[in-house]
Amino acid sequence: MKMFLEDLHKAFESRVRLGIMSALAVNDTLEFTVLKEYLDVTDGNLASHLKALEKESFIEVNKSFVDRKPNTKYSMTKEGKIAFEEHITALEKLIKSQK
Amino acid sequence: MKAEDKYIKDITEIRSMMERSTKFISLSGLSGIMAGIYALVGAYIAHRLFFTENNSMLFNTIDRPEITSEMENLIILALVILLLAVGTAVALSLKKSKKDGEKLWNPAARRVVVNMAIPLVSGGIFILILISKGLFGFLAPATLLFYGLALVNASKFTFEEIRSLGIVQIVLGLLAFYFIEFGLIFWALGFGLMHIVYGIVMHLKYEK
Repeated sequence: MKMFLEDLHKAFESRVRLGIMSALAVNDTLEFTVLKEYLDVTDGNLASHLKALEKESFIEVNKSFVDRKPNTKYSMTKEGKIAFEEHITALEKLIKSQK
Repeated sequence: MKAEDKYIKDITEIRSMMERSTKFISLSGLSGIMAGIYALVGAYIAHRLFFTENNSMLFNTIDRPEITSEMENLIILALVILLLAVGTAVALSLKKSKKDGEKLWNPAARRVVVNMAIPLVSGGIFILILISKGLFGFLAPATLLFYGLALVNASKFTFEEIRSLGIVQIVLGLLAFYFIEFGLIFWALGFGLMHIVYGIVMHLKYEK
């Protein structure tokens, strides 16, 4: 069981980060406003979690302007995808091992 | 034990977020029932007004009949039914999304609309060509066929039951092409009865 625990990623312990990764795993890109709506968190809270994931290079940011308004899009990196998959596998194994 | 609960909760939340962010689930079963009722009423009016005496104009491909005022009325009737059905669907979805605390126009909704629009716009152009050539009998089968294709295409991004509804519409459309003299009956079956059946199933399954 200890083995699996090591695969659980610290970065995904927070509910918000787990939510961000889940949404980005099934969408190519998502805008800040859309993520905010899905997760139901404040701007500041979401921004700090996104920063943390970006620091781990699990997600990428793409800033652009649409009609002169800033538009920030997020997507998952390859590293992020691998880490997230490992995390899910570890979760599944942990649940199974305890049954 | 406590740790296990947390893992299970994590997995549940991952799954729910994946579904919520890809699937459009604000579609109400009631809008299916309403669309079906509009279609049945429309089909009945069409049958009473236009189809009783002069049936030959529907599949007469040799004379190339002109667009008569009768045909114009039929097209207007069809457009009114379409507007009513779409309007009801949008209004009820708006209500449902508000109740669920979701925004109606989210990326999942956009995907449903875009994926439906591709077959529907092709079908619309195809139907305009049929009208311009005077092939009125093919209108009902063509609407069924393209609508079915649109549903199948969009079903990946909403309730999976939409896929079965789409396949049924495609089959009815093909049958209506073959048995062209019963086009209106197949149309009433597809747009009327099937919508009502689908709406009741969805209402009982997801909205109870």
